[in-house]
Amino acid sequence: MMELLQTLELAGQNLLGAAWLPLWTLVKIVAIVAPLMIGVAYLTLAERKVIGYMQVRIGPNRVGYFGLLQPIADGLKLMFKEIIIPTGSNHFLFVVAPVLALMPALAAWAVVPFADGMVLADVNAGLLYILAMTSLGVYGVIIAGWASNSKYAFIGSLRSAAQIVSYEIAMGFALVCVLMAAQSLNLSDIVRGQQSDTGLFGWYFIPLFPMFVVYLIAGVAETNRAPFDMAEGESEIVAGFHVEYSGMAFALFFLAEYANMILIAVLTAIMFLGGWLPPFNVAPFTLLPGIFWLLAKMSFVLFLFLWFRATFPRYRYDQLMRLGWKVFIPLTLVWVVVVGAWMQTPYWLW
Amino acid sequence: MNFETIVFYLFAAMAVFAALRVITARNPVHAALFLVLAFCSMSGIWMLLEAEFLSIVLVLVYVGAVMVLFLFVVMMLDVDLVQLREGFWRWFPFGVVLAAIMVFQMFMVLGTRQTAETGTTLARHAADYSNTKEIGRLLYTDYVYPFELAAVILLVAIVAAIALTLRRRKGVKSQDVAKQVNVRREDRIRIVSVPSEGSGQKLEDRGQ
Repeated sequence: MMELLQTLELAGQNLLGAAWLPLWTLVKIVAIVAPLMIGVAYLTLAERKVIGYMQVRIGPNRVGYFGLLQPIADGLKLMFKEIIIPTGSNHFLFVVAPVLALMPALAAWAVVPFADGMVLADVNAGLLYILAMTSLGVYGVIIAGWASNSKYAFIGSLRSAAQIVSYEIAMGFALVCVLMAAQSLNLSDIVRGQQSDTGLFGWYFIPLFPMFVVYLIAGVAETNRAPFDMAEGESEIVAGFHVEYSGMAFALFFLAEYANMILIAVLTAIMFLGGWLPPFNVAPFTLLPGIFWLLAKMSFVLFLFLWFRATFPRYRYDQLMRLGWKVFIPLTLVWVVVVGAWMQTPYWLW
Repeated sequence: MNFETIVFYLFAAMAVFAALRVITARNPVHAALFLVLAFCSMSGIWMLLEAEFLSIVLVLVYVGAVMVLFLFVVMMLDVDLVQLREGFWRWFPFGVVLAAIMVFQMFMVLGTRQTAETGTTLARHAADYSNTKEIGRLLYTDYVYPFELAAVILLVAIVAAIALTLRRRKGVKSQDVAKQVNVRREDRIRIVSVPSEGSGQKLEDRGQ
């Protein structure tokens, strides 16, 4: 497989010269984004099925066998709906907002390593890049809320912006612990740092367990998912920042939310659960390709997201802010010092 | 003109255009968003200079955090545009003087001999050269005192901001979370057995 790719690359360079690099990069981007979009579509189905079974229902089972064509039916329906732009809205920003929401969720995938060497851009500052991209996602939400010129949308966008900004700090500090442990900002190096003979005991979720939990919870809050879906809060503010959106514009927000969920899940897998590494270094586990393990860990974290939604009632807004500012930020700050001190002792085994 | 120069001029043109629109846009929210665009273009220019750490941190801190809070405030302000425009000519001379001072400062910094010698050509580094590591090393060795000083000033600003805005009002009913967590069943409910009237009697009646 690798040899085939290398010969293809050589042939391409000979044939097209300077034009080969952008073309080949474009092919790689399509190879990442297309499965991601399919993943997003089927994540919506998985969510409805999982929550359905947890609530002793069946979930969608009419379109296609086992409801497998349901996401396609949903997509088609949204595509044929009219996009209504409110008269009092700011037209340009109203249209740009969904794009701004989706763009960072996709752009962050550029530095995600799927297996050893299987990465679009193997940059040194990968972790920083991820942080910067995820922090841009809030613009789509704020601009959508403001441009809609509607009270509910505006309140929803203010809520979710405050929430995202607060939880980003805790998330950033959790990642600081990871980069201290791995001594690198490169995501591939972070995974390599978790390689050991003991398999899963070498992964960072063991020494950084509190950070793992903080990152997971902050990730749920950052993507505005239940139980932190204050921005939507149907019972209070109708549907939050995307009240005024319809058709494909609404679908883009939906895509962005689920793409962000998948991104957080894959980052959790890479930074705390050993990325593409198998859990045990023995025969049946090591035979499977690395990408399988990454996808398996990612699916596990995504299942946790759905499980949370089916289990917990929605947080109250002040409780959410308290959890972010008064619990997570002090906890992460302390753990940064603990990890720093721990790494100076011989008891640091990672 | 190579590819890099084209990219530079693209970003530079975008930055200049965005900066102009920041001061000419009538709607304050648009002005703030143009400022975001200006930051993003500057970040692109820094990336061209191989300063990836500064470039990404510019986006992370200024675009991702500072401007979000800025937008927050601007969106909630009730700005009277007519009143804003009235003051334009009155404050115009001050603006010109300030701009002139800033241009002079920039000229002094950029035009001196010391920077002119090193500043024209960019030192190229290998792909594995880590800009981030180098900045960290410099900050914590050669420039540790200025760095710590800046950190203390920021800390003072944080403490001052909290001290200025924190006020304890009387009669606020806030919850003590520790108390709520420590609540046991016995604190909240009391099981009382209330004998219903003549219940024993009825059972006996039914048996007969």
